[in-house]
Amino acid sequence: MAIATLVRPGIQPGIRYDNGIVRMFVIATVIWAIGGMMAGVFIAGQLAFPVLNLSEYVNFGRFRAVHTSSVVLGFAGNALIGTSLHVVQRTCQVRLFGGRAPALFVFWGYQVTVLMAIIGYMFGISKAMEYAEPEWYNVLLLVVVWVVYFVIFTGTIVRRTEPHIYVANWFYWAFIVTVAVLVIVNNLSLPVSLLGTKSYSVWSGVQSAMIQWWYGHNMVGFFLTAGFIGIMYYFLPKQAGRPIYSYRLSIVHFWALIFLYIWAGPHHLHYTALPDWTQTLGMVFSIMLWMPSWGGMINGIMTLSGAWGKLRTDPVLRFLVVAVAFYGMATFEGPLMAIREVNALSHYTDWTVGHVHSGALGWVAFMAFGALYYLVPRLWGRPLHSKPMVEVHFWLATIGILFYITAMWVAGISQALMWRAYDDQGFLQYSFSDSVVMLHPYYVVRLVGGLFFLSGMLLMAFNLYRTARAPMVRDVDGALAPARLGASA
Amino acid sequence: MPTEAAMATPERDPLTGQYTTGHSWDGIKELRTPIPGWWLAVWLASIAFTLGYIVFNPSFPALDGTVSGDSSRTAREELAKAGAKSDATKEALRAQIAALDVDAIAADPQLARFAFRGGKAAFAVHCAGCHGSDAGGQIGQFPALVDDDWLWGGTASQIHQTIAYGIRNEEADSRNGQMPAFGDILSDREIRDVAAYVAGLGDAKVAADRRAAMPGATVFAQNCASCHGDNGEGNRDFGAPRLSDSIWLYGASQKAIEAQIRNPRMGMMPAWEKRIGADAVKMLAIYVHGLGGGEANPPPPPVAEAAIAPVVQP
Repeated sequence: MAIATLVRPGIQPGIRYDNGIVRMFVIATVIWAIGGMMAGVFIAGQLAFPVLNLSEYVNFGRFRAVHTSSVVLGFAGNALIGTSLHVVQRTCQVRLFGGRAPALFVFWGYQVTVLMAIIGYMFGISKAMEYAEPEWYNVLLLVVVWVVYFVIFTGTIVRRTEPHIYVANWFYWAFIVTVAVLVIVNNLSLPVSLLGTKSYSVWSGVQSAMIQWWYGHNMVGFFLTAGFIGIMYYFLPKQAGRPIYSYRLSIVHFWALIFLYIWAGPHHLHYTALPDWTQTLGMVFSIMLWMPSWGGMINGIMTLSGAWGKLRTDPVLRFLVVAVAFYGMATFEGPLMAIREVNALSHYTDWTVGHVHSGALGWVAFMAFGALYYLVPRLWGRPLHSKPMVEVHFWLATIGILFYITAMWVAGISQALMWRAYDDQGFLQYSFSDSVVMLHPYYVVRLVGGLFFLSGMLLMAFNLYRTARAPMVRDVDGALAPARLGASA
Repeated sequence: MPTEAAMATPERDPLTGQYTTGHSWDGIKELRTPIPGWWLAVWLASIAFTLGYIVFNPSFPALDGTVSGDSSRTAREELAKAGAKSDATKEALRAQIAALDVDAIAADPQLARFAFRGGKAAFAVHCAGCHGSDAGGQIGQFPALVDDDWLWGGTASQIHQTIAYGIRNEEADSRNGQMPAFGDILSDREIRDVAAYVAGLGDAKVAADRRAAMPGATVFAQNCASCHGDNGEGNRDFGAPRLSDSIWLYGASQKAIEAQIRNPRMGMMPAWEKRIGADAVKMLAIYVHGLGGGEANPPPPPVAEAAIAPVVQP
């Protein structure tokens, strides 16, 4: 396809990047975003209005995992794999290693894995481990897919024609390797029978809890953080048209982040059967992780130095930069909540849910949206259908997040204060159900916030669809070109 | 492809004055900006904090099971300390509650106040699910406990008995009383008539002589009065509700009363003493008795909290 081989300055002429596979991942990203965020709004509705628990297949207990897997594995996962395959080709100046077939296997294998897991949840098939719900056969398929993905990515880097490996690829590679290790170790389990869905973990007791949260925390750290920093390091300077702020900072914060993140998992298990010394370990490593996390934020935001004015006119750049700002906020809040005494207040409350979503909506989704707005016009060779729509999307999404996280902050801290309130005679002042009744208005606000976010994302889906389906016309030279080819590509 | 030499040539960025590293990936370059000093300083400070923290907190496990750091800062020790603080104030009062019966507890103002608060806490956990967090009950389901209409008696000891052993359960000491299903006994017309009569029992606008002339009067006298009393005043020995007031657990309409006569619904409650212990039941009895409708004999507790405080509005 002519458009896919458009030669841009700085690119070795004649390289035909595999854009088709990236396009497929882009489409999958948008579809999973629609499904996963709709599921999120639905379960937020269930929490506010329990009557929406219509049947066992779609009740909160099962559908919560449908939401988390669709947005984390489906939406974020496709965004990560898709962008990584786009970025690695361009920053290494070679086509994907292995050609089309393995890439197609990764695409379809990954979609089948996630879809199979989600359908399973609705029928009650789950390992009941948070963010590690898929059963053994699903994990086996995922591991095979992941190894092929690893080989494609690594092989492409090995065959690069650039002398150096770009920082985005360090982060992508760390994401791919660490996720493989995490998934394999946490999911070691014995199936009850070869034809049955049920399996039991080989880990037990407090070791099982420790490994589960080593996994859970580092899925956030490497899937939703390191991988997305990889996205940031390519798309933000590209969209801003500016050099990266500091090469040295990128080296230091990369190694610091990679080394420190992996120890911080025990902060999910404060005040549990986990030994005190392990809790201390998780807490102090979380605190030491604060600045390395902010290193990424500084390198992202300061890349705009000298070009701040672009934020006013470019809503796509605004998505990318606000994503980095939310990243900075969430990575300050995280170490704060990892402090034992703060955790005594925040743990088991909706504050945690708000924290996760300031990262998931503000950082992960905004970064993915920015990348999608960047990619679709270039991959389909057509100018973006509507910039005002991007503007509207930005504000809908931002208002949605603010509704969501402020509601969850207030709800979570109220919960915590009610749970620990004693009267002057030394008795608990509130029952658990009192605290549930208190939550209702905040849950309604959260639902409204989710609807804002969802509607903005649907607008994006429409905008991207219209972009990709814009008609082609023949230009003055008789070549086939998009009807409204602007400054893109 | 640019040559190696060309790529390695640093350029000066006009906007920031910094030089690039000379690398370029797909057009992306990198500046050589030094690492921000404040960033490094805060990071080193967080590392220094860590070094201090691990000295004073459990941090390094030894092979013999001991852990370095201040052993008083373990979760186990913290729990023991917190428990000791709250237990010291409560222990004496708890011992008294265990030793005394509800009437004696109610007679001691300090003890009654303690029991009322304890009962309130227990109520919120064990009772609010059915009777509501404000003890207002639910029409058609569970009786309100804030009024003075008692099915099984409203003195503290009677309430204690009801809570301890429950209502219509398998316990030997459970409150018991069954109303027959009159749908099998009376004709449809008789049920209609007696329901109309019952509906008028608590209605002051219906004159006594006019009520006596109602067709349901005879049916009531023959079938209902033995338990509910000649004038519908009820009988707490069987949990037969008073019908001469305007409180209707299962509905006040003609239709609802007919349904209740035809196929009566009768509430059940578990026996709580074996679930939550004797002390908690005593405190619950003091609390429910003190909600406003508790009956005399044993004097009501001094705490005059008429209802549970509404849920917090942060």
